Amino acid sequence: MKEYQTITEISGPLVFAEVDEAIGYDEIVEIETAQGETLRGQVLESSDGVVAIQVFEGTSGIDQHASVRFLGETMKMPVTEDLLGRVLDGSGRPIDGGPDIVPEERQDIVGAAINPYSREYPEEFIETGVSAIDGMNTLVRGQKLPIFSSSGQPHSELAMQIARQASVPEEEDGEGEGSEFAVIFGAMGITAEEANEFMEDFERTGALERSVVFMNLADDPAVERTVTPRMVLTTAEYLAFEKDYHVLVILTDMTNYCEALREIGAAREEVPGRRGYPGYMYTDLAQLYERAGRIQGREGSVTQIPILTMPGDDDTHPIPDLTGYITEGQIYVDPDLNSQGLQPPVNVLPSLSRLMDDGIGEGLTREDHADVSDQMYAAYAEGEDLRDLVNIVGREALSERDNKYLDFADRFEAEFIDQGFETNRALEETLDIGWELLSMLPKEELNRVDEEFIETYYHEDASDADNTEAEATAD
Amino acid sequence: MSQTAQSVREDGVIASVSGPVVVARDLDARMNDVVYVGDEGLMGEVIEIEGDTTTIQVYEETSGIAPGEPVENTGEPLSVDLGPGLLDTIYDGVQRPLDVLEDKMGSPYLDRGVDAPGIELDTEWEFEPTVEEGDEVGRGDEVGIVEETVTIDHKVMVPPDALDEGETAEIVSVESGSFTVEETVAELDNGVEIQMRQEWPVREARPTVEKKTPRTPLVSGQRILDGLFPIAKGGTAAIPGPFGSGKTVTQHQLAKYADADIIIYVGCGERGNEMTEVIDDFPELEDPSTGNPLMARTSLIANTSNMPVAARESCVYTGITIAEFYRDMGYDVALMADSTSRWAEAMREISSRLEEMPGEEGYPAYLAARLSQFYERAGYFENVNGTEGSVSAIGAVSPPGGDFSEPVTQNTLRIVKTFWALDADLAERRHFPSINWNESYSLYKDQLDPWFESEVSDDWAEKRQWAVDILDEEAELQEIVQLVGKDALPEDQQLTLEVARYLREAYLQQNAFHPVDTYCPPEKTYLMLTTIETFHDEAFDALEAGVPIEEIVDTDSAPQINRIGVQEDYVEYVDELKSEITEELRSLY
Ligand SMILES: Nc1ncnc2c1ncn2[C@@H]1O[C@H](COP(=O)(O)OP(=O)(O)OP(=O)(O)O)[C@@H](O)[C@H]1O
Ligand SMILES: [Mg+2]
Repeated sequence: MKEYQTITEISGPLVFAEVDEAIGYDEIVEIETAQGETLRGQVLESSDGVVAIQVFEGTSGIDQHASVRFLGETMKMPVTEDLLGRVLDGSGRPIDGGPDIVPEERQDIVGAAINPYSREYPEEFIETGVSAIDGMNTLVRGQKLPIFSSSGQPHSELAMQIARQASVPEEEDGEGEGSEFAVIFGAMGITAEEANEFMEDFERTGALERSVVFMNLADDPAVERTVTPRMVLTTAEYLAFEKDYHVLVILTDMTNYCEALREIGAAREEVPGRRGYPGYMYTDLAQLYERAGRIQGREGSVTQIPILTMPGDDDTHPIPDLTGYITEGQIYVDPDLNSQGLQPPVNVLPSLSRLMDDGIGEGLTREDHADVSDQMYAAYAEGEDLRDLVNIVGREALSERDNKYLDFADRFEAEFIDQGFETNRALEETLDIGWELLSMLPKEELNRVDEEFIETYYHEDASDADNTEAEATAD
Repeated sequence: MSQTAQSVREDGVIASVSGPVVVARDLDARMNDVVYVGDEGLMGEVIEIEGDTTTIQVYEETSGIAPGEPVENTGEPLSVDLGPGLLDTIYDGVQRPLDVLEDKMGSPYLDRGVDAPGIELDTEWEFEPTVEEGDEVGRGDEVGIVEETVTIDHKVMVPPDALDEGETAEIVSVESGSFTVEETVAELDNGVEIQMRQEWPVREARPTVEKKTPRTPLVSGQRILDGLFPIAKGGTAAIPGPFGSGKTVTQHQLAKYADADIIIYVGCGERGNEMTEVIDDFPELEDPSTGNPLMARTSLIANTSNMPVAARESCVYTGITIAEFYRDMGYDVALMADSTSRWAEAMREISSRLEEMPGEEGYPAYLAARLSQFYERAGYFENVNGTEGSVSAIGAVSPPGGDFSEPVTQNTLRIVKTFWALDADLAERRHFPSINWNESYSLYKDQLDPWFESEVSDDWAEKRQWAVDILDEEAELQEIVQLVGKDALPEDQQLTLEVARYLREAYLQQNAFHPVDTYCPPEKTYLMLTTIETFHDEAFDALEAGVPIEEIVDTDSAPQINRIGVQEDYVEYVDELKSEITEELRSLY
């Protein structure tokens, strides 16, 4: 392997070097500084005689005397089932003091795209035990469903609750047996404190054994963040599609990942896209998020829950915006609901699970699931709207019907959403609470629910009581 | 994609690689030539020539490709293979069949450097001539038929470039029997041999005689579209909306239920699972016009968001060229492109790697031109062979932050004639399809009314106007309600709000996931409207007769209007409901 001491320019996270052989695009590079420190990087552009290298650990300490080695291959992740239970740094090196990792395979971290023809459509319900998700925004195996949050919100608690509680109702035919559940946690630029919360939770619940943790913390090199999720997903794909695991991937915080992309783009003097983020950020994010899914003929699955903090709590910011355009829905953590003390503070109205429709219903969850969820959305939205009006005209100025919707919205938040981070609710229970709430409304108002289900599930007495009460007050 | 005999040209070598853009030296090439790049032979297209350097956009991942590797020129522009076998197939952006790729690669992942012809070369098709020896034919003329799918008879045509405009030639031989797409099925006296397979460069529109004014609707089975904002066969439409507002569901609904002969669905830079859904569903679903599986009239092009960017740029061209080919056979073709924004972004990405002068928001200056060239290829045409056919083009637009003032939405709106504006607020309250009725429009409305009036009911346009007026009035009243509450309005206005509520909940909303409601024939759309009108008329009569508004609003029958959508036997249901509403309201006074 040839060594070069030909660095011509150092700029931000980039190093330019002259070469006299053909260097492949994306190839891995090692740079040894005069102090004997070895840094790793990747070829971003390769032309006759000159290459641009992005250095993961940052370029500090590099000078023109540093030596550059090209490893002749693109970045690989050593994978093995033994990774379960291990804690690695953001580049995949163990930091838990455990034994060296003996890889079974080394896989390219830039995963090739899954052929859409080879995918299997995700439709297996994952019970998370969280009503706001199971009832209203159902998660399925192989889905990518991000949490849209903002700084200081309890998104980690929600993610941990999901990781802890997630289970799949037993498959009847016993197929799928032997498919185990694994969690891969990829931290990008989060604080040590946040990371500790996750680690403690993993240890407390014994989840670490079936987890792989990748840690790039706030004080770790920013550029490394561009590799961390690829390491995570390569490991996930290996465990899912070669070792039959059902893998849940939690990536936090995607915002830090995107900041790293922006930094590299700026250093390369690229024409920036919206708000200074690179024009190719959509494609770049898609190459991560689209690695969720199921594949025909393979047992396992990769389900992704990326977490991102929206700068300024603004979901039109490019990071949440581009994410929403790629993922299969999103769960909103809402600062207002949080300050009201709701746990989890999920605002279901802007939240969405696009794969819900095919994952629920008779034989999958329960026959009335879709209708109940639809009706609760509509009713809660209506109640929410009326709250603004109440502030102006007062409750008395509203009709009896409107008042019922206001009550519905209040109880929906208090009873349906606010279940606590420790409560694990079965889906049956979630739907039953839903019916209890819907029964506050007159039957005729339930126009999104099949009449048959109203027959079966509607609580007659609840609305009768309500009605007489209402009539009494009206009298 | 097409694999032609390669004319010999000078090969070159790679000078630099940056993402999907490769610069080659010493390559003898013309603009838009297809080249094979590097030792692995990755497919690319020439997009810029300057002196002896040639810039190439590569349709496959370029990791590991290094300067010094060879570049080989095919000397042919990017073309598609046309012929039987296009339907019931799923392609990537450069027309490689994805099932064949899976086979050849032996993996569910898309590897690189694997090529595959666009149509099966060894399948034999039963060819039935429709001309005889001695017949004179011109360009584009049909010479025979093969049954491509249960739904579609594929017309084998004289390639449009085989003869000049107005020139004819005599058939000297033609045979029925089984042929592969490359075997000659007919011969002309000028030596031209006709095969089922044709080739056409994707960036060039296939010739036609003239564009005509479209007068037939592309009936979609979606109430708000057919009822308020119809698109014509041969028309153009844009569906802009923020994420999660229903672009894809609307496009899927159109692909399923629109009364076109052929559907070309282009998944451009969107989700893999959405394409899988189509592949899974369409063979199972019935085409409402023929009862055959939907796949039998459908061709899919899938270049998902994680697939190479350059192929995203080409996939809409691949799609529209296939659409034009079926149009030439005299079919009505509908093309959906989800999402044209991803295509525009692919242009932007390539352009910025070329260091071109950026225009608005970094998009290249030629963005508007490319968009209009694309939509111009849609239309109702007289074909070169004298038949008439159409290509309708419906593009989803994904504006950043849901803001319609951005360049792709704005440039698209300047061209298309139907605008279905999706609205995040409506989506949030699960009002689906969340098409905003105040913002949307169709410029085809008037020219399509005669069709609806003769096929459905002669007061079609009148009823639509009635609904639009009520909705307009509601919009005004809502502004007051926001300030003072509904009960502060006079009773007649409260009643108008009630009528408008039925229009919104029953008529404008339609559940794509309900087995019955998902498809609503125009007759049902019409009957639903007249039911609401019955309620309106009877309710206002009752109000005038002194019945208090609370009682009118509280009837048992009116809420049944919201159930018309899910009724299979809607004619009977509507009949009964109308008389129940009339009876109940009249009984109040
Ligand atoms: N007509 C409809 N009936 C019922 N549900 C609908 C309808 N249209 C949209 N939806 C709901 O809205 C969700 C989002 O719709 P869709 O995937 O079409 O959004 P989109 O605009 O394509 O978003 P993106 O830009 O992110 O691709 C669907 O998953 C479905 O739950
Ligand atoms: Mg979509």
